[in-house]
Amino acid sequence: MSDAREAAGALAFADGAHERARFGMWIFLSAECAFFACLIGAYLALHGRTLGVPGPGALFDIPVTLAATLVLLVSSLTMVLAVDAIEREAVDALKGWLATTAALGVTFLGFEAYDFADYWARGVTLQGTVFGSSVYTLLGFHGLHVAFGIFWILSLLRACAALTAEGAVKTYLASLYWHFVDVVWIVIFSVVYLVGKAT
Amino acid sequence: MAMALGRAATAAVRLRAWSWLTTVDHKRIGILYLVTSAFLFLVGGFEAFLIRLQLIRPDNHLVSSAMYSQLFTMHGTTMIFLAVMPILVGFMNAVMPLMIGARDVAFPRLNALSYWMYLAGALLLNSSWFLGGAPNAGWFNYAPISTGAYNPGPGIDFYDLGVQIAGIGTLMTGINFLVTILAMRTEGMSLMRMPLFVWTTLITSLLIIFAFPPLTANLFFLMFDRLAGTAFFNVPHGGDVVLWEQLFWTFGHPEVYILVLPAFGIISEVVATFSRKPLFGYASMVWAVEVIAFLSFIVWSHHMFPVGLGPTVNTMFVLTSMAIAVPTGIKIFNWIATMWGGRIQLTTAMLFAMSFIPTFVVGGTSGVMTALAPADMQFHDSYFVVAHLHYVLIGGTLMAVFAAAYYWFPKITGRLMSERLGRWNFWLVTVGFNVAFLPQHFIGLWGMPRRVYTYGPGLGLSFWNALSTVGVFILTLGILVMVMNVVHALRRGEAAGPDPWDGRTLEWSTASPAPPYNFARLPRVRGRDAFWEQKRSTERELWPVDRHIHLPSPTPVPALMALGLLVAAYGAIFRSIPVVAAGLGLTVYGIHRSMFDVDPGVIVTPTEEGAA
Repeated sequence: MSDAREAAGALAFADGAHERARFGMWIFLSAECAFFACLIGAYLALHGRTLGVPGPGALFDIPVTLAATLVLLVSSLTMVLAVDAIEREAVDALKGWLATTAALGVTFLGFEAYDFADYWARGVTLQGTVFGSSVYTLLGFHGLHVAFGIFWILSLLRACAALTAEGAVKTYLASLYWHFVDVVWIVIFSVVYLVGKAT
Repeated sequence: MAMALGRAATAAVRLRAWSWLTTVDHKRIGILYLVTSAFLFLVGGFEAFLIRLQLIRPDNHLVSSAMYSQLFTMHGTTMIFLAVMPILVGFMNAVMPLMIGARDVAFPRLNALSYWMYLAGALLLNSSWFLGGAPNAGWFNYAPISTGAYNPGPGIDFYDLGVQIAGIGTLMTGINFLVTILAMRTEGMSLMRMPLFVWTTLITSLLIIFAFPPLTANLFFLMFDRLAGTAFFNVPHGGDVVLWEQLFWTFGHPEVYILVLPAFGIISEVVATFSRKPLFGYASMVWAVEVIAFLSFIVWSHHMFPVGLGPTVNTMFVLTSMAIAVPTGIKIFNWIATMWGGRIQLTTAMLFAMSFIPTFVVGGTSGVMTALAPADMQFHDSYFVVAHLHYVLIGGTLMAVFAAAYYWFPKITGRLMSERLGRWNFWLVTVGFNVAFLPQHFIGLWGMPRRVYTYGPGLGLSFWNALSTVGVFILTLGILVMVMNVVHALRRGEAAGPDPWDGRTLEWSTASPAPPYNFARLPRVRGRDAFWEQKRSTERELWPVDRHIHLPSPTPVPALMALGLLVAAYGAIFRSIPVVAAGLGLTVYGIHRSMFDVDPGVIVTPTEEGAA
């Protein structure tokens, strides 16, 4: 079986399948950019309509969100180290860095859950105002992407730690996705949180 | 004995069904697309037929106003999302990889997933007729009439989830074709040697990739409003109904070009082939397509002039919209110049292509008229717009689809369609179409609004409406002739051979239908109109036949993933969280399988005839 896998990996490599997979991932992420642009645009158009509940200025707690941001940024670094471990063919390091990345992702989601509970307690609900609807939708979709990334990394850890050409490209694709989710968060942190706090 | 035979036959049928369910071959997926979308085209056509029967005379009560709303909504939604776009995707699947000398698309499994998601969306939308009523808010489904407060039935949920599932499938197609064209061309097939149909597929893919995400986001907003009680379009809670229009048309206008650019590609292939000349102004054709694609993203507000976005905004959108006429005009003149001095062969495909040019110009001209904001206040939501969009979509896209059908049918099936029936097909469709839709310009200018189920007598509308309905009878006859022609060709059609039209492009250089591996030896391209040059060149420097061709193996996983989404959508529509969870679970399992299954593929050795 493993011989067949190796052979398939080698064939796919010869066909240029890996190059195409990376290219396809980039294109997919550019579509994701357009998707998040719409969510952010809708939020920017609607966030002023708070109808009496606390608005962005009063609601957001920058130190907590900054901590979450740092966690996510560090997870991008650990992801880079995971890809680097593949290049060095260091299996244990690869497993370690992937696990760390997933753990940091879970931590980020913990922060987000804490934030959501806090906002909800202060009267910003999903249904009450369009400010609530748009902010939960934007952050929620981002959180969902983080969750999917964690699922992906855990699957990688289980199924693909063997350093075949196949495993390498799969890890690389996951890392592209993970960095993208991180970059989207930087935009959200700047546009939603920092600008929201300042105005 | 008979029973054993029966059992063997059933087993064979099962095996064949299974092979279609699991196929990852772009040519077979193309056939799946073409068959499904042709059927849905007939469904959408039947809905149109009922609409015109209702309007045949004033104060008619063939259908109720509620039923009429469902009919025109499903007609538009079916035609745009489930018939015309997938027909075009079907042709792209069937011939685009052949045209660039590739053995398959970049992601064969993803290609299968796109098809199954399209089918799931189509089944979901059309099942609404039997499960509480079809959607009834028009194909662009404006808020607030589509929100729960004003439209509590399940119809809009069917629209929302059906279009969402099919739409995400289309997005995957866009990614797949873009990567295929940019990364899998055979040696020598540089970008500026690609056939125009490949160019338009490439640019259409780009449009899909950036136009569908706004639709996805918008449909999510509406879904959350209806299912979770969010307030995106709920004005008392601060919601904004114009947000729907903005996002919808940010998608919707590029969508118009997603429907028409491939048609431009088809016309370019057919006109050049049957004029026995290279395409005139190839480079300017390519640039025109690119400019149209760029402009298509900055014209969306011309659908929304009556909203009142202000004179500055409206002026900007008037200018960008009118600018589209320039590259489009370039294409029209290039097609005419291609025919000029050519040895024109009046095949059915060529007849449709030649008819496309004037009817599309009519549609384009009324488009420039509606792009003028002050005049549009008069045209908006009247039958003038209905006439305009049908001239573009039938007179433009559908004529090209007919041309493509006659042109590529021999490549796809290995058989020729009857040219005699083709003449009947062409004349009935062309005459019927113009009789049906030309009067609608005037009906609209005289003030008849679209989407109203009847009109009073004595308004001067009765004769022209009756005439328009007669036109639809003729058009329907033409389409039935087409169906007959296809059935006839499949049963008794003449064998086509690899190259029935003395073609210019690489799809004609391999057998009809092409073998699973497309080419026994990958073609080497030395110029535009690659196959034409190859046929006329005395040089015979051939690559060796590949003895071991690696192809992906079939898999049921894509169909399973789409099934999961279908189940989840029914769960959401009937408000059952366990069903949603089960459906999504199945899909996520499929995603996981697709990410981590290693496909060893199959090794194929070409047969001698395939190697010819």
